[in-house]
Amino acid sequence: MKGAVQDEPRSALLVLGCPQVPVQTGIALYLVNALKKKGVKPVIAGNQAARVLVEVSDPDRHYIGEVIDLDRCIRELAEKVRDFNLCFVFIHNDAGISYGATIQALSSGAIIAVVYGEHSQETANEIGFPCEKIAVKAVHNPMPLKKKIDEVLPWVVSNL
Amino acid sequence: MGCIESLKYEIILKNASFKECRDYIREHLKEYRELPIGEKVFDSYIIGQPPVLIGLDGDDVILPFTKPCHGTFLLRIPSAEEAARLRKQKK
Repeated sequence: MKGAVQDEPRSALLVLGCPQVPVQTGIALYLVNALKKKGVKPVIAGNQAARVLVEVSDPDRHYIGEVIDLDRCIRELAEKVRDFNLCFVFIHNDAGISYGATIQALSSGAIIAVVYGEHSQETANEIGFPCEKIAVKAVHNPMPLKKKIDEVLPWVVSNL
Repeated sequence: MGCIESLKYEIILKNASFKECRDYIREHLKEYRELPIGEKVFDSYIIGQPPVLIGLDGDDVILPFTKPCHGTFLLRIPSAEEAARLRKQKK
């Protein structure tokens, strides 16, 4: 990575979207745990509702580590205060695509779009920025998305 | 992005895509410019799918604004100071 100071040793940013689709919080916690097991430091960014959901779900912080405000995250990436090796962007609507495009433009890390929700395929087709896509129709049941993440994560982390 | 929300604004488009915002700006405004992601407008960083267009209409700035739970809005915000700053950057 070039430019900004990156988190050490290996770091991953999880950019949460609006938490209106239930699978997001569960998958975010699952992914945080899986990344930690692989020696990657996870940092979660989200709006207040998304952040509070993960913090209430893990009150003793067994899984989550640093949790930051989404606007602060954008600011720090734009000002090159920090950067990440990997960025997982949770996307289920057009706003999520906008944030994904922004993160892709600002970070030198690999971008993985985690696309879910009722219309995941249509949403994935709207993504116009370079990234790896994990697109699964998942609203309440996180298992199909978990399965896909299990398939992809070893490959993604091995490329860091 | 709290500071844009605290400004006086008019909503032109609601739940719009960035393409719809771009199309509106190209169709309705004579003066506009493309802003790179990471540039500031009204002291907030621009969010969106490039190319992000910002329109200028007299003292008004027309820009897309995204909120995670509410989608993207196209806003008209009166600010002679910001319009002048953006015009200056354009040159």
